Amino acid sequence: MIDWILLAELGVNGIFIGMMYSLISLGLVLIYKTSGIVNLAQGAIAMTAGYVAWALATVSGLPVLVVAPIAMAVMFGFGLMIERIALRRMIGHPVLMTIMLTLGLEIFLRGLLPGVFGAAVKRLDLGIPQAPLFVGELLLNRATLTGGVIALVLLLASIWFFGSRQGVVMRAVADDQTASWSVGIRVERAIAIAWGMSAMAATAAGILWGATQGVDWSLSLLLIKGLAIAILGGLDSIRGVLFAGVIVGVAESLATGLLDPIVGGGTRDVIASVIILGTLLLKPHGLFGEAHIERV
Amino acid sequence: MFYRRSGIRHTRYQSERQLFPLGFDRFLILSVLAVLLAAPFLFDRLYVTGYLLPWLIWSSAALGLNLLMGGAGQVHLGYGAVMAMGAYGSVHLMRFGAPLELAMIAGGLISASVGIIFGAAALRVKGIYLAMATLAMQSIVDFVISQTPAISGGALATLQAPPARFLGISLSGERETYYFALLVCAVITLFMLNVRRTSFGRALAAIREKDYAAEILGISTLRYKLMAFWVSSFIGGVVGSVLAICYLRAVSPDQFHLDLSIQILAMVIVGGLGSVLGPFFGAALVLFAPILINNALGSAFSTFGMTVPIDLRAHLPLVAYGALVIGFLLYEPYGLAKIYSNVRTYLLVWPFRHAQR
Repeated sequence: MIDWILLAELGVNGIFIGMMYSLISLGLVLIYKTSGIVNLAQGAIAMTAGYVAWALATVSGLPVLVVAPIAMAVMFGFGLMIERIALRRMIGHPVLMTIMLTLGLEIFLRGLLPGVFGAAVKRLDLGIPQAPLFVGELLLNRATLTGGVIALVLLLASIWFFGSRQGVVMRAVADDQTASWSVGIRVERAIAIAWGMSAMAATAAGILWGATQGVDWSLSLLLIKGLAIAILGGLDSIRGVLFAGVIVGVAESLATGLLDPIVGGGTRDVIASVIILGTLLLKPHGLFGEAHIERV
Repeated sequence: MFYRRSGIRHTRYQSERQLFPLGFDRFLILSVLAVLLAAPFLFDRLYVTGYLLPWLIWSSAALGLNLLMGGAGQVHLGYGAVMAMGAYGSVHLMRFGAPLELAMIAGGLISASVGIIFGAAALRVKGIYLAMATLAMQSIVDFVISQTPAISGGALATLQAPPARFLGISLSGERETYYFALLVCAVITLFMLNVRRTSFGRALAAIREKDYAAEILGISTLRYKLMAFWVSSFIGGVVGSVLAICYLRAVSPDQFHLDLSIQILAMVIVGGLGSVLGPFFGAALVLFAPILINNALGSAFSTFGMTVPIDLRAHLPLVAYGALVIGFLLYEPYGLAKIYSNVRTYLLVWPFRHAQR
């Protein structure tokens, strides 16, 4: 006997959780689209943002919602700084070196911030009531609901952004860096802005997830979920992020609800990896990604 | 100066093709080997079991990963999972009564056969996708090991490694385990030194430089990439079993998490991609830098009359690995081995720098 109410509840909550995960993927896609590298530090940057928001809120005594824009501005600067100090030096090196550099950054941040601020879980209170929301017979979690809606708005805003002037510039850079250079586009600046914006997306993710599960090093594990969504959607498609976010969120939510009692827990963390592997096996360029043709 | 080349004339092809044509290199290698062989009698047993033994084991693991990353140019972010399979495989076999020699090889074979499945999956795509596929492999293997009671003996259980004998010598003492690890490390090092001179090693180098170009030259790219995965995973499995039996002596799933993969990756990058000497340097720096920094920080704090916060102390290794990886990639992408080789080329002709080739 299948419990349809439970299934629907898991599904709807999964959609919103998936939206919250897609904020990480949004950052990954922004960077991949402009510079062709996968930023393995995206989860750690979200974690950094969580710590920054927590520190700002604690020092100033203001509510998190007020501090959030400041945190976003700080993290935009942080993104620019990473690009300027580390990534720009790596231009001309093999892509794999750059990816390992981002992995080094992720390890560094994952050690530094809990080391400095203390490893205990920090509470980040957005002022959302704990009580679940009843829609008919469904129980919905208010925090994930709000987070999912905010994430959806940000995703739609970034789709709109790619139609604007700066967005067109970034699309041009993504298409061909040398050609963009030759028509007078400042390629470095476009890449730097992509890093800043992806750090802002990570800030949104860090604050929303920090509010639901607390701020500690485990926020950096969001990277795997973000990667799963980005790969399933195709690494260079924001539209793909939207769809894949829903798929991954629902799959994870259903797996946690249905498989966990059978295998004894822990499926939540492995489902994203299975999705990554499955996508690479069946359709390496994802649902909406462009297959790149390599010329010799 | 030191690495004297003047007066060395090769009159036979064999002498020119030997591994170390320069006499000083041979002298250096032999003296290091002599020190390592005499170490259990020279140094305190704390240094041998606490520093030299892990250094040898981690160096062997880094050598295995370096064949794949430096030799064939394929990224692997899940080497810890490879070692886990070897460790669990061999410990289980030994609990069933298999001798160590067989269990070690079987552990390597298990790792190689599972590793090649993931490799085959990942090789449809390359570069960044491969990195992510191996990352996924790490967490899937972690999950399977910790959630299958038949393998791990329960989610939080540790599995004792039974007492082992190698070629009739019991490995219960510290000296015996040290010599066993040294033997394994020496065999792997010899293999790595020679593999670059075989057709296999040259094919891998061609693939690393440009796989399309290699394909045009008649090298079956897929086949050699899979072979690289196989060999590297086999070594990983063998080293995993050595790690479990000689050093940890009891295995639990959390010893082989992503942290181990990252540690070994950091050793390869810090030491130098594609060099045989590199992993030894890298393992030494990555293993001992956190300890040194910890001590330095401790004395710096205590001069100001403070104690190091416990959280900072606990997270220091991660900060050190991260900083080392970033620093080396930015300033010396080919690692400590490149620094050594720069010094060596300088000293080859010192003081006649104009004679440098």
